[in-house]
Amino acid sequence: MAPPLQVKQLPERIVHATIDGQRVAVPEGTTILAACRSQAAEVPTLCFLETLAPVNVCRACVVEVEGSRALVPACSRPLETDMVVSTRSKRVDKSRRMVLEFLASSVDMSLAGPDVERWMEEYGVDPDRYGPKAAAGADLDARAGRHGPTVGAERATAAQPVKVDNDLYVRDYSRCILCYKCVEACGDQAQHTFALAVAGRGFDAHIATEFEVPLPESACVYCGNCVGVCPTGALMFKSEYDLRQANQWDESRQTVTDTICPYCGVGCTLELHVQDNAIVKVTSPMDHEVTSGHLCIKGRFGFEFVQQRPPAAEPR
Amino acid sequence: MFGAGGGTSSYEEIENTDLIILWGSNARESHPIFFHHVLKGIRSGARLMVVDPRRSTSAQFAHLWLGLDVGTDIALANAVGREIIAAGLVNHEFVQKATEHFDAYRESVEPFTLAVGEELTGVPQDAIQQLAHEYARAPRAQLCWTLGITEHHNAVDNVFALINLALLTGHVGRYGSGLNPVRGQNNVQGGGDMGALPNKFPGFQNVADAAVRARFEARWGRALPPKPGWHLSQMFEAMERGDLTALYVIGENPAQSEADAHRTEKLLTGLGHLVVQDMFMTRTAELADVVLPSTASWCEAEGTVTSSERRVQRVRQALEPPLGTKGDLEILSLLAARLGFPWGMPTAEEVWDECRSLSPMHSGMSYGRLEALKGIQWPCPDESHPGSQFLHGRLWDDPVGGPKAGFHPVQHEPPVDQLSDDYPIRLTTGRRLDSFNTGVQSGRFSSPLRRPETLNLCPEDMAALGVGEGEAVAIRSRRGRIEAPVHSDTTLRPGLAFMTFHFPDQVNTNLLTVDAWDPQSGTSEFKATAIAVERLASAESSEPHAIKVGV
Repeated sequence: MAPPLQVKQLPERIVHATIDGQRVAVPEGTTILAACRSQAAEVPTLCFLETLAPVNVCRACVVEVEGSRALVPACSRPLETDMVVSTRSKRVDKSRRMVLEFLASSVDMSLAGPDVERWMEEYGVDPDRYGPKAAAGADLDARAGRHGPTVGAERATAAQPVKVDNDLYVRDYSRCILCYKCVEACGDQAQHTFALAVAGRGFDAHIATEFEVPLPESACVYCGNCVGVCPTGALMFKSEYDLRQANQWDESRQTVTDTICPYCGVGCTLELHVQDNAIVKVTSPMDHEVTSGHLCIKGRFGFEFVQQRPPAAEPR
Repeated sequence: MFGAGGGTSSYEEIENTDLIILWGSNARESHPIFFHHVLKGIRSGARLMVVDPRRSTSAQFAHLWLGLDVGTDIALANAVGREIIAAGLVNHEFVQKATEHFDAYRESVEPFTLAVGEELTGVPQDAIQQLAHEYARAPRAQLCWTLGITEHHNAVDNVFALINLALLTGHVGRYGSGLNPVRGQNNVQGGGDMGALPNKFPGFQNVADAAVRARFEARWGRALPPKPGWHLSQMFEAMERGDLTALYVIGENPAQSEADAHRTEKLLTGLGHLVVQDMFMTRTAELADVVLPSTASWCEAEGTVTSSERRVQRVRQALEPPLGTKGDLEILSLLAARLGFPWGMPTAEEVWDECRSLSPMHSGMSYGRLEALKGIQWPCPDESHPGSQFLHGRLWDDPVGGPKAGFHPVQHEPPVDQLSDDYPIRLTTGRRLDSFNTGVQSGRFSSPLRRPETLNLCPEDMAALGVGEGEAVAIRSRRGRIEAPVHSDTTLRPGLAFMTFHFPDQVNTNLLTVDAWDPQSGTSEFKATAIAVERLASAESSEPHAIKVGV
């Protein structure tokens, strides 16, 4: 019988390479993205998340590798010995601008966060050069992702009504950039419920439940882990959505406090987002080894009971 | 186990093991984020075996499901143990070096051949053999359990039966191998850690130990009684005898959570004085003479809780509590002052620091370190100690550090509430994904998954009884009678019924359950009730309830 095994990893081989003219040394298997970040060289990402396996769909993270015909996705390609990587070049910048322009021309990226806003500026993104947005057509309303023919100068968009079919979270696919994070989190990267997948092809590709049924008729178990990984606000907790609709969502008035879930004994860290002494959103830190940012329905949504108490009566 | 009441491993090790056995656990629904670690383990190549009377949502992810009859866990474990011995798969080096009483154990399991195992448990011999061989041969294996093991009249024996298997195979005390009770409530581990056990001080130190007592007496300036107190079930017995007349309940709803609810309520009402300290006017609070409205400890107060991997973590105040409530600590301090012990109004951190000074396994866990390290796993004896990822590594030292681990031979005993012609169906209870215990907390958010309480039966039993989906039936046990709608559930098999106790105001399942309890842990046998199901005279089929199967 083996002695107590305490060390998990075998010794690692070190890879030496060049990133933006700087020599780097990282353990074998490190991705170009991780190596770049260790050098503080910024590489934009949209579909990448530390807790999910890379799906290589957004192409925002492409970098130039000397000797490589095509640009290389930094999120999934491991750094190789003597690789010469450029995180910024004419080709890279143009590619990133196109990626962001195509996305921004068809979907609403206004809630995609400050990084995306900054990249738009930095890469000179101008979605309007593809023409004005087509008005959301009636046919769009009927079935998500199905776009009708556009008229000449107008550009097609994914505009469609927000799906509000339960009290816990809403889906606004006019904001969806098809990064697959929700599909991965619902699927084999975390939750293993498989309630969501990408349906359709080309411009009609969209995130869907089975047969497009409303969530309460789907396999969804309301862990909210898809919402937790959504980068653009396409998936949003109903509590946040309602406040935004009422123009009352105000992050500057919110506090975020870490505590432990009051339910079972697993000990998941909850980040309670509180506005006006009410919990408005619950998340979990991605870098916590207990949850990796994921929760279950009780931890994510089961907080209502603390907010449904009247002021206590005078003790009898 | 082996002197400290906690799981031996970390969640990380569940991901880095070769075989995971969930025994009496439907972690997929009851501990969903623990199950994420199980899933990661499976994706890394581990095999999953689930031992559960129901083919639960967890079992649906398993490579092998052992659908034993309720309450036959010891028979199954002993048959597994015997097969490991008979097949020559014992880890003799470990057994010889680190354990004692192996011979007694071998004798005790000798009658449990595979055939006897099958007869007693209903699990096919092949499946018993496969579990035995895979567990014994796996380089690393995790044996995890929850209330399916502990909510029985012989709960502690059930646990011993599992520990015996780990000793037999050396699956304890190493990275990736361990024994893990997954805790049902966010601080049930912490309650034990803090000495909320009749015979323990904080840190699992024995009340009976004079040296330990002396340290606490020196710190607190009082003589402390050397006699263990009562656990919950003993308290109810003491109420019955009239020896216990005043009860102070903090954050519990025993009127609805305890087995045999008729008896519980009678005993609670018969008390001379009942004080309930709770966030809510629970059913128990309604019976009380005094109700002390308290705050939500997890988001309106500061403190710590301990998780199933022995990780002590901070809870923090995020909300201002409602008017008229007070924190548990403040209430206790005010009460102490009125009782003549004016210890002031300590902060949670000051209380914790006192605990650290008395409980060696917590000594190194300052609030600062708990914050910096995102929780620390006990034991953590000093402020340079990183905490303990797994326990009992000493069993692998040569020679073994400290006392050897003993086999505890245990014998199969069927559930107290036996099946008969009058009560032919076995009712077992459990949780649903979106609900929790008596629903005091979980009943207040709008879950799309929630459906009312039902008596779940397999389609075969429904046909035999001539009842349809959603039809209300009468359910009788030797203690009570309730009515509930029937729900078809293919995870069950003939003779096995399932209910939760999430909706006691709709259907009070615990009117049926038996208060037979384990003499060592005091836990009641919620998992095994004999019932009869009868159609109502005016059998009218109501609207079928939406069927939702969470995975």
